[in-house]
Amino acid sequence: MAKPLSHRMMSWAGRAAVVAILGFIILPAIVVGIAAFNDKALLSFPPEQWSLRWFYKAVSYRDFQTGFQNGLFVTLMSSSIALVIGAAFAFVLDRYAFKTKSLIEGLLLAPLVVPHFTLGLGLLILAAQIGAARGFTVVIVCHVILVLPFVLRSVYISLRNLDQRLELAAASLGAKPGRVIGTVTLPLLLPGLFSGWLFAAILSFNEFTASLFVTAQRTQTLPVAMYNYVREYADPTMAALSVLFIVATATLLTIANSFLGLGKVLNVEQAR
Amino acid sequence: MLSRPADLSAAQIAAADRNASVPKDVAVRLDGVSKRFGTSVALDDAWLTIGRGEFMTLLGPSGCGKTTLLNLVAGFLAPDLGEIFIDGALVTDVPTFERKTGVVFQNYALFPHMTVANNVAYGLKARSVAKDEIRTRVAEALAMMKLTGFEGRKPRQLSGGQQQRVALARALVIRPKVLLLDEPFSALDKNLRASMQVEVKEIQRRLGVSTIFVTHDQSEALSLSDRIAVMLGGRICQIDTPEQLYRKPAARFVASFIGAGSLLRARLERIDTDLADVMIGTTTISVPAKPLAGLAPGTMVDLFIRPEQLRVVSPGEVGAFDGTVAASVYQGGHVDLYIDAPATAGARVLMRLNVRDGAGAWSNGAKIAIGIDGNDAVAFPQSGV
Repeated sequence: MAKPLSHRMMSWAGRAAVVAILGFIILPAIVVGIAAFNDKALLSFPPEQWSLRWFYKAVSYRDFQTGFQNGLFVTLMSSSIALVIGAAFAFVLDRYAFKTKSLIEGLLLAPLVVPHFTLGLGLLILAAQIGAARGFTVVIVCHVILVLPFVLRSVYISLRNLDQRLELAAASLGAKPGRVIGTVTLPLLLPGLFSGWLFAAILSFNEFTASLFVTAQRTQTLPVAMYNYVREYADPTMAALSVLFIVATATLLTIANSFLGLGKVLNVEQAR
Repeated sequence: MLSRPADLSAAQIAAADRNASVPKDVAVRLDGVSKRFGTSVALDDAWLTIGRGEFMTLLGPSGCGKTTLLNLVAGFLAPDLGEIFIDGALVTDVPTFERKTGVVFQNYALFPHMTVANNVAYGLKARSVAKDEIRTRVAEALAMMKLTGFEGRKPRQLSGGQQQRVALARALVIRPKVLLLDEPFSALDKNLRASMQVEVKEIQRRLGVSTIFVTHDQSEALSLSDRIAVMLGGRICQIDTPEQLYRKPAARFVASFIGAGSLLRARLERIDTDLADVMIGTTTISVPAKPLAGLAPGTMVDLFIRPEQLRVVSPGEVGAFDGTVAASVYQGGHVDLYIDAPATAGARVLMRLNVRDGAGAWSNGAKIAIGIDGNDAVAFPQSGV
């Protein structure tokens, strides 16, 4: 029996709404993606002639090259440091009960509610106070603080999902605590640790607001270099760089997905 | 940890005094072990001795402290009071990894990232056993558990029964001083459970491995155990063989927890050191005096009767009591009759009749006269445990 017309209309309207929402989400990326291939030195849309020259300019522009290198350095350092600190705190929060537990948990997650410019400004003032030069240290410290909550959550959820009886079983079979961690705890936490690290890296590499405050000409990361560029020029180099950005991140996630499965990378399913 | 008292012999003597029927060759001993979690007492002054090769079951409802006791023996928990000995050595402060216990968990706790062979080899590798020996012992253990051919599988590729075999192989391959089983059969379906029980019991007997088995299932406990420790509220109520527990329960809780039975109202006539006489209707029944200690003659007591101690008699026979059939439940080989009777002290009286003996003749509402076979009856004070 055919469904009533109203049902069919609702069903079509629903599908249209879903398509519209999904389209809206990726629309900016599409617009920028198309603009990147515009031959004209204007961020106009739609393009009249096609070219790859802005891609060439993006990768050969000196500030972008150093920005990319700086960004990569800051990202690798900060997400790795955040992983060690976050994993240690997650372990303590998961395994031990103590009075200041909720306070510590709140402090560790605080960067989620503190605006990035506040953090950047604060660190800038602090660095000036103690007379620290605006070197990489302050940038890395800033990024560690920013990505720590994400690493912490990711590892904490993995720890929650880890059946502690596995560790007890290992101990009963004669494994000393170090061996238990090395052969049972860490291998089972690996997807959580990796996904935490990956998200920290992506966030750190993209971070702009706080970085604007704490970087100098010598230490500027790629997003800051892009901002400085767009203040002076309005050609499609930016768009080309954006496309490269998207492709790189998507490639990274695809590789992670094929190794671990997206559910594990996003840490939404139990680590098994 | 504080240092332990030097005069261990005193504790040993105390244990021997408390429990006269302890086995000579002791595998595990608990001397006055207590454990609290916050304000709640999980285990209260437990004294227990498990003989070498013995299959000891800890039986009780959830929250009775049986799993806590098991975890204390494994070293997963440390006792607040008391001492634990394994193979005669004091292990109270010895960490889990040095105790050499084989543990099988309710969910098996197999390492999900390792193959079957590596799961079984884990304990041997941890103990730095030579590679060749590991290979032969793992192969032996897998063969014993009928798992040959599954070496390369991951746990998630196995059925529940197979996972349990791996867990057992993993625990047994280290040749544990004591095997600890924490409700290992509860996750299996009924048919598989029965066959695994038989198999585990057979392997346990063949290897002669001392075993502590935790369960809340009384029929499982009766069929597998050499001895059973019945627990309630953190205390051990009674330690005895399955037959003695069934025939001579020391407390009302033990009686009601193991097997089926009915409570009848009876009057205490006479009590001396060993035996007491209770009277129900015109029948005098001899029961053990211990549970009734301190009661004066004339007091009403609860007489505990197993279904097989009741039989149908002709109305008016001496010693019989009357009742009305309230429900008749067909069970295949037998029929359970639930009877409303004025003499009952609790719920309905349960009788078990063979189908061959004309059990089908009793319909609801029928008048019935019941005789009591007074052998092995026990009585408890009213409203006690």
